[in-house]
Amino acid sequence: MSQDTFGRSRRQFLRWTLAGGGSLLLAACGGATPAAPTAAPAAPEAPAAPTTAPAAPATGVSELTIIWAEWDPANYLQELVKDYKAVGGVDVKVVQEPWPSFGTRVFAEFAAKGQAYDMVVGDSQWLGQGATQGHYVELTDKFNSDLNGKALAPATVTYYAEYPKGTGKYWAYPLEGDACGWCYRKDLFEDPAEKEAFKAKYGSDLGVPKTWADLKNIAEFFTRPDKNLYGLSIYTQKDGDAITMGYQNTLFSWGGEWGDPKTYKAEGVLNGKLAVEALDFYRELYKFVPPGSANDFWQESINHFTSGQVAMGMNFFAFFPGLANEASNKYAATTGFFSNPAGPDGKSFAALGGQGISIINYVSDDKKAASLEFMRWLAKDDVQKKWAELGGYTCNNSVLQSAEFLGNTPFNPAFAETMQKVKDFWAVPVYADLLTISQTELHKFIVNGEGTAQSTLDTIAKQHDEVFKKAGLQT
Amino acid sequence: MARVDRLTRADTRHGLSDDTLKRLFLWPTLALLIVFNIFPLFYSLYLSFTDYSAIANKPANWIGLQNYSELLNDPQIWRYFRTTGLYVFASVSLELLVGFGLALLLRRKFAGSGIITTLILIPMMLSPVVVGLFWKLIYNPSYGIFNYLIGFPAGLGPDWLGNPRLALWGVVIVDVWMWAPYVMLLCLAGLSAIPDYLYEAAEIDRAGGLFTFLRITLPMVSPLLLIAVLFRTIEAFKTFDLVMGLTGGGPGDATELVAVDLYRLAFPQWQTGKASALAYIVLVIITGVSNVYVKYLNQIKQG
Repeated sequence: MSQDTFGRSRRQFLRWTLAGGGSLLLAACGGATPAAPTAAPAAPEAPAAPTTAPAAPATGVSELTIIWAEWDPANYLQELVKDYKAVGGVDVKVVQEPWPSFGTRVFAEFAAKGQAYDMVVGDSQWLGQGATQGHYVELTDKFNSDLNGKALAPATVTYYAEYPKGTGKYWAYPLEGDACGWCYRKDLFEDPAEKEAFKAKYGSDLGVPKTWADLKNIAEFFTRPDKNLYGLSIYTQKDGDAITMGYQNTLFSWGGEWGDPKTYKAEGVLNGKLAVEALDFYRELYKFVPPGSANDFWQESINHFTSGQVAMGMNFFAFFPGLANEASNKYAATTGFFSNPAGPDGKSFAALGGQGISIINYVSDDKKAASLEFMRWLAKDDVQKKWAELGGYTCNNSVLQSAEFLGNTPFNPAFAETMQKVKDFWAVPVYADLLTISQTELHKFIVNGEGTAQSTLDTIAKQHDEVFKKAGLQT
Repeated sequence: MARVDRLTRADTRHGLSDDTLKRLFLWPTLALLIVFNIFPLFYSLYLSFTDYSAIANKPANWIGLQNYSELLNDPQIWRYFRTTGLYVFASVSLELLVGFGLALLLRRKFAGSGIITTLILIPMMLSPVVVGLFWKLIYNPSYGIFNYLIGFPAGLGPDWLGNPRLALWGVVIVDVWMWAPYVMLLCLAGLSAIPDYLYEAAEIDRAGGLFTFLRITLPMVSPLLLIAVLFRTIEAFKTFDLVMGLTGGGPGDATELVAVDLYRLAFPQWQTGKASALAYIVLVIITGVSNVYVKYLNQIKQG
């Protein structure tokens, strides 16, 4: 190879390298710079209401993207939004992210002020961050008018849409209602021999528990390690929010609270007598779970139930469709469902799951307007009816209470009842700090048996108060 | 001579001397290093002195040493450091013993030794998250195979991941299963480099097996052994995915390692400034430990 030839080769090589590198650099820098967020962004004016005939999108937007967790309701939503193409002329794509990384991915997108997604179906606890840190578009002006807010179950509005609570400021439309409930083995509960033995031992009839005390008796009754049968499965997982959600079911039903929502004080409320009794009770339930249940969440609860290891299983309603399906649960034909029973004073509450759909504040005004237009369509009674038919858990009260909805699945009656009595953990911007504390301390007591219920709640209350003070919420 | 002059002129005219070409290759590398390594390193150092949260939409406020002070005065962090130290010591020691033992067994070729070596190496090629999920099932006290293999009747064995006294050992066992093959691989490389004549000379001198091991095998393989210890110590100190897959840091906080706590600060809680401070504390510790190893390694090399 002559030097001249070599020189040309070098030049060619460098030219290609520079051209390729330059293209990459341009591609990397090519995204439009997102608008700076404001503390309380206002919803843009939406175009006129859509017609039923196919129409070109009024805003010139042809595609919208929603991010949600990877689970069945997201598939139902993808199915539902196919109808919107005909009505609004916009393709709506539902991007699904596995649950363990869902929150991290969404918040990393917020941190980057990214425009990859136009809407997010976010956890109820994200409302504080979404509202105060400028990630969500405020929907207050549109909520009761355009978004059919008055048709929603009141508790779902409070927990999925409003922040701060009680102020009438809205940041999301309650899309997927969800809460903790129970599945149970009817074949065991209705077995005459079991009924007789239960009556002899406890002096009451074996049936769907009306109180938490009944539930504990039933759990104890069916706990037979020699037959690899146990009373129940409950949430105990340490990572995430599982054990806190599980305990909330008894905390609220006993009349306890996480703190005073007006003063953000936990001391004196969370470590009060009722909360302590509720925690002692939850730990009692842990005696009747199968071995190896120290880190259980929804998947493990399903596994215990479908393998025939437990008589009852705590879980979010969103996971019950699989239990009513014989392809995924061999006991499907004899699986029943019930809502949380009542506490000692007759109060009954359930820990809230589920999510509301919000518009992300970093997208263009056109995309915000198109997203609002989409939500206006989504909130209509007939669309919510179809959402429920597909398997989504609507928060629309008229659909929830309709005979059609109640008869649709074996778990819908319990769901409709539960959605009237839901309560949630804190939704403040520092909720993750609060959760880390409650998860660790509750796990130490419930699973490890360290300390007492009183000392556990004293520790949580003290540390929660410190977090509130540091965040400037508690004066 | 005239041809050489012509070529040199052509080369200069096109501006592509060897030096220029060298620089054109170096600059992108340097730019990438600065953008992706050096800048983040110094930027995170700056953030560690602020109250910055990546999602709060607020500028970083300088708070001096407050993050470091809060972290170093937090008894929980010290407990996590103790747990991490115990975990690193136990897992690296066992990996060393098991890995070196396997290498000694496999150093001589025999029928099927190749396939056995390959099979032993499989665990280190798996994703830690997948390993965590598999071992969660293997440890399950109701139907997992682990308790059965160590002699417990079905359903009566300990709950390895649910018992606070056993959970850390449960994670250590999985780490050893996964990474002892890596130590074995490095030891095999060291053992194969020992010249046969040393052993022949020892045999002629009627040296015993233990003497040969202590005077020939161990000294000759120790530089690679120390490199294995160095790498495994650094990696074990950063263990995150295995713990999240197996226990999530529980029961209680029995397996809450520093890297897990760092993740909680950085992501679910988005305390970016404080997480950066903790990351720097971890960096200083790992650098300190690594320096001790490297110093010792150099001493061994020098002889």
